[in-house]
Amino acid sequence: MILDSKIPGGSIEEKWTKHKFELKLVNPANKRKFTVIVVGTGLAGASAAASLGELGYNVKSFCIQDSPRRAHSIAAQGGINAAKNYKNDGDSVYRLFYDTVKGGDFRAREANVHRLAENSNLIIDQCVAQGVPFGREYGGLLDNRSFGGTQVSRTFYARGQTGQQLLLGAYQALMRQVAAGKVKMFPRREMMDLVVIDGKARGIIVRNLITGELESHVADAVCLCTGGYGNVYYLSTNAQGSNVTAAFRAYKRGALFANPCYTQIHPTCIPRHGDLQSKLTLMSESLRNDGRIWVPRKAGDTRSPDQIPEEDRYYYLEEKYPSFGNLVPRDVASRNAKQVCDAGLGVGNTKQAVYLDFADAIQRMGVAKITDEDPYKVPMRIFPAIHYTMGGLWVDYDLMSTIPGCFVLGEANFSDHGANRLGASALMQGLSDGYFVIPFTIGGYFAGTKLEKVSESDAAFEDCKKQTEERIHKLLSIKGHRTVNDIHRELGNALAALLTSSNSPKSSLSTLSIVKNLAVATSVKKARLRKAKQSAMTKTSATSVLGNTRATVSHRNSPRNLLPLITSTLLLGATNNERTEFDFEDLASEGCQDQSTMFLRTCPSWKCSTL
Amino acid sequence: MSFLEMLDIVNEEQMKQGKEGFAFDHDCREGICGMCSLVINGMPHGPDHATTTCQLHMRKFKDGDTIVIEPWRAAAFPVIRDCAVDRTAFDRIIQAGGFVSVNTGAAPEASTIPVPKADADRAFDAAACIGCGACVAACKNASAMLFVSAKVSHLSFLPQGKVEAKKRVLAMVAQMDKEGFGNCTNLYECQAACPKGITVDYIAKMNREYLGATVTYAEKVYGKD
Ligand SMILES: Cc1cc2nc3c(=O)[nH]c(=O)nc-3n(C[C@H](O)[C@H](O)[C@H](O)COP(=O)(O)OP(=O)(O)OC[C@H]3O[C@@H](n4cnc5c(N)ncnc54)[C@H](O)[C@@H]3O)c2cc1C
Ligand code: SF4
Ligand code: FES
Repeated sequence: MILDSKIPGGSIEEKWTKHKFELKLVNPANKRKFTVIVVGTGLAGASAAASLGELGYNVKSFCIQDSPRRAHSIAAQGGINAAKNYKNDGDSVYRLFYDTVKGGDFRAREANVHRLAENSNLIIDQCVAQGVPFGREYGGLLDNRSFGGTQVSRTFYARGQTGQQLLLGAYQALMRQVAAGKVKMFPRREMMDLVVIDGKARGIIVRNLITGELESHVADAVCLCTGGYGNVYYLSTNAQGSNVTAAFRAYKRGALFANPCYTQIHPTCIPRHGDLQSKLTLMSESLRNDGRIWVPRKAGDTRSPDQIPEEDRYYYLEEKYPSFGNLVPRDVASRNAKQVCDAGLGVGNTKQAVYLDFADAIQRMGVAKITDEDPYKVPMRIFPAIHYTMGGLWVDYDLMSTIPGCFVLGEANFSDHGANRLGASALMQGLSDGYFVIPFTIGGYFAGTKLEKVSESDAAFEDCKKQTEERIHKLLSIKGHRTVNDIHRELGNALAALLTSSNSPKSSLSTLSIVKNLAVATSVKKARLRKAKQSAMTKTSATSVLGNTRATVSHRNSPRNLLPLITSTLLLGATNNERTEFDFEDLASEGCQDQSTMFLRTCPSWKCSTL
Repeated sequence: MSFLEMLDIVNEEQMKQGKEGFAFDHDCREGICGMCSLVINGMPHGPDHATTTCQLHMRKFKDGDTIVIEPWRAAAFPVIRDCAVDRTAFDRIIQAGGFVSVNTGAAPEASTIPVPKADADRAFDAAACIGCGACVAACKNASAMLFVSAKVSHLSFLPQGKVEAKKRVLAMVAQMDKEGFGNCTNLYECQAACPKGITVDYIAKMNREYLGATVTYAEKVYGKD
């Protein structure tokens, strides 16, 4: 397959303007003849569904939760970037573009990022008009704060609940379209498969989470806005409903997946407190602005933190990166935390944490709830946690995956953050994709594509439904002894350990054997890992630690890259088959280069019958 | 260990014995999505003040305590199964008018709408509602006034929301009644149960707005009757 990202010509500043003009349009009266399915109601999904409804398309919106307002975006705290330059501190569209590309280690698709920076200002306008209560100055104008990884103040915020307020804005717009009859809501549904007819995405199979029944839904295009796959690692900051089924099923149907190894580790998470923990919670990143991160200078210093004098404290970020200090990008902060812990300087029972001291900020946020320690007296302990996935389904400039008619928006796609995402830019990307990109590009697709009439009773839908039914049936009829959670926990922990470890070849192997054993335990008879082992052997030198999210880029054929997919497979719908063959020979052979982005060719040649 | 992690263990044990798990709603597990919804020992979201079920920790209980768990109880929130209830009535109330009518792309430049800081802060306080429904569960009348007034106030504090304020309050209250939520008799149980500190002051504000709107606006929406 040749990947064509369809990036328009011209200078970076004029690409999007030019492309908008060149895209074919759908006549307003004809829009109602097209049906669009939008899966997921986070920032990307809610904004897309609402905007497409406003344009006149018929939209069907699906979410796992009981209400679209509860999608995972609701949990975002810190803020959203825009290049308004209200602070007069030298910001511009070009600087936002530049910072984002640089923060992503020059691996993001530049044309997409420039478009994102251009749209950033429109997003703030839109949200303010909807009534999003952003933080303001006494003069009544919008306030900004600075955020990790940048030296200008360009982050708009609504206290520590920016994601919630932005999502409520998009949700309200969505509800308005439901009332207008342009969007039909399907809550408590999980997408189980993508239906592809004549090579085009034409609908989905969903499971009604109340009745358990499978339903078929027909459309002219499908937008996957289903978020990231951080939960593959079991413990992450993601919500429980943030699963990767939808993206994975699309991938199984031929949508290529890019950069699965790019996982972001957030530096300021409240450390893990026990084996039965179900998720990780962030400490507010904005606290980092006021807070100073440190560990004792000497290993084995057992004094309580308030007894350790200034000179015995190692403010490692401030010392190593004087111009950014505690505001270094997340990957740098996480990697350094991991390094000092590996060097034996870690604190707390587990020695897997560092201190964060902050004086005034504490009053604003209630943070004592989780740990039961009083942050007035003791500095908080923090540790990095799996947080965001930069990788995702491959999309072209129009946000279309390699399956025509299947668009991918928000965290679910791979294009805008390269190898590391800067703080406050995921919310920006979700809303840019949903409000200001898809409304244009989907029209171009409809206007330029011949779409045959299809219906739920077509063979393709029936087959797809039957396959889903069989998968579920097989899964449910395993008379196993372990619960899904239990298996997920073991696999996820193994993967997370691997992701964050520096001695890769050995641990890759042992993780693979955990995967293999689990595969056997879940009645999978055969797991052929021959080739995988070989490539693990030859793999060396992944530079240290958490930054492996980036380091692995030069080892795209290594099992580490594939592990998220394998796990997600086993976890999310694959444990049902009798026979599993992981044949990495086929799967790992072709990598290709798309602009500056590494890309892993997988799919349909995967010989894993369960995958 | 959190309360929901305790329930996870209960469910895992059930499943290991081949029994069905117990159904309850949850998603973010960090107190912001509003999905978790258990009445614990008679109190919506349990004994901790201003805390959602998912942020309640087992250290609040003693070894050997008996814990009673129930679903939200309200006619407008039919029980689906065990402790999972149907709260789509809240979505329909928002559909009735809980928004600002602005299409994507039609917004003016953000700084052209200055908002006094105090108003923006008050709007935020109201907008902090997570739509969990604990207020309804706590009220003996199963009234949704706290939820509805929070949304009405959030928007009417802001200049952007003022344009449609009258129409909004009438439409949302009408929908609330239609869904079968009860009336407010000033018991303040909702405020005590609310995990986000929404206060009954908003109910008072909404009542004022409603009264004003009935006098000046209702005719336009509903005709002379
Ligand atoms: C704690 C936390 C704090 C954050 N803070 C910030 C911040 O300050 N600034 C910032 O820019 N970013 C932040 N982020 C990142 C940002 O919130 C997310 O990347 C972004 O919200 C993703 O939006 P989305 O619309 O792509 O997907 P999501 O909001 O994840 O929505 C996807 C939805 O799809 C649903 N779904 C998944 N699979 C299916 C299926 N098969 N069928 C039906 N539905 C499905 C999921 O349940 C989910 O609700 C934060 C993230 C977390 C976890
Ligand atoms: S007002 Fe409080 S209790 Fe009622 S729905 Fe909102 S957050 Fe929940
Ligand atoms: S699970 Fe989200 S608020 Fe409790």
